[in-house]
Amino acid sequence: MTLLPLALRSLWNRRATALLTLLSVGLSVALLVGVESLRQGARASFERTITGTDLIVGARSGQLNLLLYAVFRVGDATNNITWPSYQAVAGRPDVAWTVPLSLGDSHRGFRVLGTTTDYFTHYRYGDGKSLTLAEGKPFADLFDAVIGAEVARTLGYTVGQEIVLSHGIGSVSFAEHSDRPFRVSGILAPTGTPVDRTVHVSLPAIEAIHVGWETGTRLSTSTSPSVDDLRHMELQPKQITAFLVGLKTRAAALRVQRAVNTYAEEPLLAIIPGVALSQLWSVLGVAEQALTAVAVFVVGVGLLGILISMLTSLNERRREMAVLRAIGARPWHVFALLVSESTLLALVGSTLGVTALHLGLLAGGSALEALAGLALLTPGPGLFDLAVIGGVTLAAALIGAVPAWRAYRVAVADGLSVQV
Amino acid sequence: MTDRVLDLAELRFAWKGGPVLLDIPALSLDRGERLFLRGPSGSGKSTLLGLVCGVLPPQAGRITVLGRDLATLSGAGRDALRAAEMGVVFQMFNLLPYLSVLANVTLPCRFSAERRRRAVAAGGSPEAEARRLLQRLGLHDPRLAEAPVRALSVGQQQRVAMARALIGDPALIVADEPTSALDSDARDAFLDLLLGEVGRSGASLLFVSHDLGLAGHFDRSADIRALNRAAAPATGLPAGMPVAGETP
Ligand SMILES: Nc1ncnc2c1ncn2[C@@H]1O[C@H](COP(=O)(O)OP(=O)(O)OP(=O)(O)O)[C@@H](O)[C@H]1O
Ligand SMILES: [Mg+2]
Repeated sequence: MTLLPLALRSLWNRRATALLTLLSVGLSVALLVGVESLRQGARASFERTITGTDLIVGARSGQLNLLLYAVFRVGDATNNITWPSYQAVAGRPDVAWTVPLSLGDSHRGFRVLGTTTDYFTHYRYGDGKSLTLAEGKPFADLFDAVIGAEVARTLGYTVGQEIVLSHGIGSVSFAEHSDRPFRVSGILAPTGTPVDRTVHVSLPAIEAIHVGWETGTRLSTSTSPSVDDLRHMELQPKQITAFLVGLKTRAAALRVQRAVNTYAEEPLLAIIPGVALSQLWSVLGVAEQALTAVAVFVVGVGLLGILISMLTSLNERRREMAVLRAIGARPWHVFALLVSESTLLALVGSTLGVTALHLGLLAGGSALEALAGLALLTPGPGLFDLAVIGGVTLAAALIGAVPAWRAYRVAVADGLSVQV
Repeated sequence: MTDRVLDLAELRFAWKGGPVLLDIPALSLDRGERLFLRGPSGSGKSTLLGLVCGVLPPQAGRITVLGRDLATLSGAGRDALRAAEMGVVFQMFNLLPYLSVLANVTLPCRFSAERRRRAVAAGGSPEAEARRLLQRLGLHDPRLAEAPVRALSVGQQQRVAMARALIGDPALIVADEPTSALDSDARDAFLDLLLGEVGRSGASLLFVSHDLGLAGHFDRSADIRALNRAAAPATGLPAGMPVAGETP
């Protein structure tokens, strides 16, 4: 009733302190909401690292292992799968398309992926976005390579750059395929997925650079065929590392998965990417929860700031309480006055924090997406923001009860003569 | 309705853990009467006002304001009675620093519908009535009403506090050394205004001070030590000064 304007005026009178308190509450709330949106964004873009692919098939190993090497280019396949097995799955009537993947080489720390140009049409990420070339063309020649955005940025490559692939995956390679250099034919636009850190070449190219390497090291140059010879060779791969599968109907996923997993000729493993990705995220999620916990603590510290500023102001406001009492204010009026002050501070502070954060995201969100590949899901304020504002305001009302109770006691004990 | 605005009987009060500070067999104030109550520092003047205003509860005895026994009222009832029928002026720091002069004067109308109603009846609106009172108390500059209270001199602040005590015609004005922060010219001017306005409104006045020189302005004057059985007897009173209960 009459107390809210009084609380507002009183705060305005102490606006320097009030402003600082607002700032600390606002910043802490902005941090919490920011961490939460980054967390959601990170989770969403992680879980949508690969979409539109119904199954990923590799040699039988762990589900996470297959996901890690086939999608994230982390770790190694324990085994390859044979071309006939790949053909057998690809030939199933419920399979719409397949994209073979061949891994095992690298270029200056970036993995090399041997695949077909179908990869560029079928690989999807985010909400179904497909890969686009920022520059150049997909590979046409045997020794063409298409590099991811981060490869190009880190190594400073442009279209036409000659690159040499290394056998194996160490960043400092001892065995280089230096006799068969590649040329960068295209550079992909950034995606925020492991595609950015991959060098793509054709499947025959992988075969070509390994001709003469059957023993694992390079045979003497005299016995190995020349680049021109290679262009005319039959370079049919005998084995690949894994392949992506798109189905005619989504509903067939489990059936095909079972069929692949029980394939008699060779031990194979099929995983559903979405399921495997959320499983992997739940392993990584601990760090993310710790981050949220820290942000919540920071909000706690912000609220503590309200408590401190109110408690320190109490003594100098004792006179004010006595005046209010003399005019006819009841002790609970004094109590309510202080509680409404802390509540107002928290409400305004957290609203400012949330607003500032969303404005910031609006302004810097696209930069963030380009830089870190983080697509922030919620562009505007959502339920979570309202919940944070509500929660912080409620907590501040409870916290305000501490100085309010002290003021109440003092107002009752002092009567009209303030003992300072 | 009774003509007794205030009636105390066998009042005893001690601060928590302290000795008995006040033990007053009887004290009363009629409608329109102005009582000057003097006593040295620490004699319990402010404490007595706290009791009269119903902010402090006595350990024994009866306090009746406008015929209503404070002990039979709830805390809320006492607060409401104070809001509606009493105007209080302190020695200093009477005003809320974060409100304008006008908002300070109309403050009692926020806490009592009764005061508000009477202020509206007298002036048309609480703000208009406040401006009228400020005018009468010599604060003529209309810009003053909107000024922050910091901008006022102490004497001006005390007049604003007086206007606040008077708005909405409470039956009892309680003043706790309102002039002790003023120089003698300002003090006399303040006292004249206060007594004039109290006279116009017909309110009773309970005025406490240690300043003997003020007693002459009042209908009646008393020494709290003469009323209070718990006090050491008053000594060194100048001859000719009115004594407790005596009406000049
Ligand atoms: N809130 C309080 N709590 C405890 N003791 C108090 C309180 N207020 C006053 N006292 C004590 O009561 C006694 C009387 O104080 P009071 O303020 O009533 O005196 P006073 O006559 O108004 O003095 P002064 O002229 O200095 O204002 C003092 O001894 C004081 O210490
Ligand atoms: Mg006093």
